Amino acid sequence: MSEPTMTEPPTAVDLADRRVRKPLARRSWLRRLRGTSAGHPLWRQPLTVVSVTILVAWLLIAALAPLIAPYDPLAQHAATYLPPSGAHPFGTDELGRDILSRLVYGARLSIPLALVIVALALAVGGVLGLVAGYLGRFVDEALMRLTDLVFAFPQIILAMAVSAAFGPSTRNAVLALVIVSWPVYARVIRSAVLTVRGEDYLHAARLLGVGPIRALRRDVVPNSVGPAVVLATLELGNAVLMLAALSFLGLGPRPPAPEWGAMIALGSHDLSKWWVSVFPGLAILTVVLAFNILGDALRDRIDPRYAKGRET
Amino acid sequence: MTATTTAAAGTRPAARRPRVPNLVRFLGKRVAITIGLLWGVTVVTFALVHVVPGDAATANLSEQALNDPAVVAAYRAKWGLDQPIWQQYLHYLGNLLHGDLGTSQQTGRPVLTDLVQYVPATLELAVPSMILALVVGTAVGMLAAVRHGRASDQVVRVGSLLGLSTPPFWLSLVVLYLFFYLLGVSPSGGRLSPQFAPPPSVTGMYTVDAALAGQWAAAWDAVQHLVLPVLVLTCLTVATLIRFVRSAMLEVLQQDYIRAAYAKGLPTRTVLGRHLLRAGLVPVITVSGLAFASLLSGTVLVENIFGWPGLGQYAFRSATGLDLPSILGVSLFVALVYTGVNLLVDLLYGLIDPRIRLS
Repeated sequence: MSEPTMTEPPTAVDLADRRVRKPLARRSWLRRLRGTSAGHPLWRQPLTVVSVTILVAWLLIAALAPLIAPYDPLAQHAATYLPPSGAHPFGTDELGRDILSRLVYGARLSIPLALVIVALALAVGGVLGLVAGYLGRFVDEALMRLTDLVFAFPQIILAMAVSAAFGPSTRNAVLALVIVSWPVYARVIRSAVLTVRGEDYLHAARLLGVGPIRALRRDVVPNSVGPAVVLATLELGNAVLMLAALSFLGLGPRPPAPEWGAMIALGSHDLSKWWVSVFPGLAILTVVLAFNILGDALRDRIDPRYAKGRET
Repeated sequence: MTATTTAAAGTRPAARRPRVPNLVRFLGKRVAITIGLLWGVTVVTFALVHVVPGDAATANLSEQALNDPAVVAAYRAKWGLDQPIWQQYLHYLGNLLHGDLGTSQQTGRPVLTDLVQYVPATLELAVPSMILALVVGTAVGMLAAVRHGRASDQVVRVGSLLGLSTPPFWLSLVVLYLFFYLLGVSPSGGRLSPQFAPPPSVTGMYTVDAALAGQWAAAWDAVQHLVLPVLVLTCLTVATLIRFVRSAMLEVLQQDYIRAAYAKGLPTRTVLGRHLLRAGLVPVITVSGLAFASLLSGTVLVENIFGWPGLGQYAFRSATGLDLPSILGVSLFVALVYTGVNLLVDLLYGLIDPRIRLS
């Protein structure tokens, strides 16, 4: 004899109903990261796990550089161009400096500088994009023409010109890369703002007397965070690459700083000493690849346009 | 373009007629935008070179000459650097309208002459790379989309990420090490081996010029010099293209008409070749405009390593020497190419996808 239980387990219809009633706005970008609707969570994807591991490893290497590096990265020894061996696992360069040690210390330049470049470009581009998207009209028009102008230069040529003009140094290389990269953020943030701007709840807020600053802070900014995070992650790899390219051309951190791009340039003097440039190149490759895979995974997760059809 | 639109208009009802004036208006607007953009480029470059602490005199004169105020003053006077900036700018703009790009402070030649020499060398690298990248990128991207989720798709995805993450200058060194130093099957750099004289200049591209002059040995030598730099540039460009093609094709594959085409019993070949390729090409064309711009960026680094005397090397020397007329010349040329490619892209849309109106 079975009595109907007081609390029945929810039926499929109930569940579906609950899902429908769940307000859309609540499904914020952070929630999508954890998301279960489109495939596995991020930490179940092997590629993502590998890339995060690589990045964490590099951050540890950068933080613990003095403990890890077997030699002083700037110390010159009589033994120049030693091929990889037990004493010097990655060999030595034309001044007899230990390449492994320089590589380890190089992580202290490339990774933090990439973060600084992206943070500054995001700040500049983000604010301009917000303002342009929200105000619209001629502010928007003027800003978009300005981004067109920057896009019309190939990135590296503009960065090269700025960096050369201000004089090669770490600070000026960062400045140059911020100048060439802010428009991407401005465009993305602007279009995120434009999609929100037409929403009814924003009109409602305005009717309730919510001022523009508050509307930006409460409604517009949170909706732009997702795309900004994705773009910033993807751009981190690009920043590492561009910085290396500038210093490869001699327009980055001054020698003898152990910058990876500059180390590769040293290897171009004598092709037979392959180890001089191969290892710094692999360092760049692993860092950039890790950032790119992570950025891709984040984009799949946060931006539903890309997630569609990817995980079936 | 005009011919095809009029032909299309002819087959349609009379109401469709005003398409040609639309095209003219569209082109006029684009030309106006381009001129505005070029003007912006001159303003930005001028401002950039003048707000910075260094100037061309300190960048180009020797230490000894810099200590002699008379020499510095003479140098400034010679290049007009002693005049107020707005006067320099107006002077430059006036000359520009007459087609005079000024004189390069490094080569001492008119910038236009320099460009005519260096641009074909870069085009000789960029055009084959772009064509190769388009063909390979479309094919591989399509394959990955069709094989979505399978092992081959994963391989392509990781491979294209790898291509995006490789520093181009490092890849250049690696292929040089492999094919020149180890295997000895490729020249080390430059455009031509020393035993050949440059062919009489017609297009400025050695391969084409040598073939035109009937110097087949020189032409073959020039082709061999092209292989490695083109390979590196193709790898860079193809990585971007594959990713875009793949996601664009995935989107198309989900459309109802693809399912309908399969349901009709059309062979896979027809569905992919006619329905998928055509619809998927629109985004491909968009991104190829961008890819061409990044290709030009790549040439700066690749030319540096392969000792290729092209626009990238010229831009590098101009930038480090703060050579304003040359920097402006290169910037204007590149901006012109950029807008030209974008215009071409927009016009191609209409050809490939009749649903898109020029607006």
